[in-house]
Amino acid sequence: MKNSRRTFIKLAGIAAAGLAVAPKKVLASGGGHAPVKVNATASHAKHWAMVVDTTKLHTAEAIDELAKVCHHIHNVPSIEGKKEVKWLWHDSYGHSFPEQENPHLAEEVHERVFPLLCNHCENPPCVRVCPTKATFQRPDGIVAMDYHRCIGCRYCMAGCPYGSRSFNWGDPRLNLDLANLNPEFPTRMRGVVEKCNFCVERLAVGKKPACVEASNGAMFFGDLKDPDSEVRKVLREKFTIRRKPSAGTEPSVYYII
Amino acid sequence: MYNGFAIVAGLVIFFAMLTAPFALGTMTKQYKEPELKLPVNEKECIESTEYMRTNHMQLLNEWRDWALRDGKRTYTNHAGKEFSISLQNTCMKCHVSKADFCDKCHNDAGVSPYCWDCHVQPEGLK
Ligand code: SF4
Ligand code: SF4
Ligand code: SF4
Repeated sequence: MKNSRRTFIKLAGIAAAGLAVAPKKVLASGGGHAPVKVNATASHAKHWAMVVDTTKLHTAEAIDELAKVCHHIHNVPSIEGKKEVKWLWHDSYGHSFPEQENPHLAEEVHERVFPLLCNHCENPPCVRVCPTKATFQRPDGIVAMDYHRCIGCRYCMAGCPYGSRSFNWGDPRLNLDLANLNPEFPTRMRGVVEKCNFCVERLAVGKKPACVEASNGAMFFGDLKDPDSEVRKVLREKFTIRRKPSAGTEPSVYYII
Repeated sequence: MYNGFAIVAGLVIFFAMLTAPFALGTMTKQYKEPELKLPVNEKECIESTEYMRTNHMQLLNEWRDWALRDGKRTYTNHAGKEFSISLQNTCMKCHVSKADFCDKCHNDAGVSPYCWDCHVQPEGLK
């Protein structure tokens, strides 16, 4: 007979009837040393925020280019139709800002399309409803996801007023170009919800979010709590709106109109 | 003694079953540690071999929470050397094959961790 752990366990099952189970020895972990710190090269902020200049960035083609960059580096699968998974996408004025529509809106503005992503809300309902804390808010304001914990209950999807989240109905790897993966970033698995992460993995090494970097100056990123930051400067100078103010979530993504 | 034979026979069978796993274990061949393909260019892992052998699962668990939840991505080992916390970009840069390293022990031990459902193994996905 092959002497494997499996055989042993099977036999041990028979023997177990006559045995009292001895308490398992708990393996000691890190040994009490907490040897971690933030990367030396990381960018820091009290509250990260983004400003999108929609006078410069408002065509489906330009936004799709940015989505392509984002989706490539984060291994987001491309699926058509209702099972679509998206971190960055575009939509019409009416869908983006339904509460700020009026029948006599400047035609030019009404015809623009808008880049949409998770708003990293200051008061995020997705975090409030997540039963496992797989969705959580970091001290720097980023609403992050721990896919290890997500149980796929989709409460967060119901909670988010912006449709910023996508559910993986099937194995996302089936819809990824496996020859063209970004090997530095994980994929997800079937049954978890995903969304834009404000590029935390890039901020951790001092880079800006990929969409901001690729936007040719049409997007700004910085610390909302720092009055001298670039985002505060543009917010001071330009008129901006945020999505669905009545939801009270206080989005951290601002749009220059 | 009533039913003496039945009781003794029962006890014999009972003890035979009780000790069967141990008896079989010593009768059949001994467990041999699988041969792992070790990194060519690196002599030392982030911690000692012994430490990694017994604790890599706890360490990875802690690494996951430190990096993802606490935003702390630099690890200082017991010898004071620093490493970037990442399964894909630190561990698997040395252990360049999941099949020749991770799977060897995991298969023998009959454990199938689901790290690779999301993390991309160095061999790439097919
Ligand atoms: S689907 Fe995942 S992230 Fe969303 S609420 Fe459920 S556990 Fe939380
Ligand atoms: S946009 Fe939606 S998913 Fe993103 S933080 Fe706000 S509520 Fe959560
Ligand atoms: S911030 Fe990063 S993750 Fe979010 S949409 Fe932009 S590129 Fe994608």
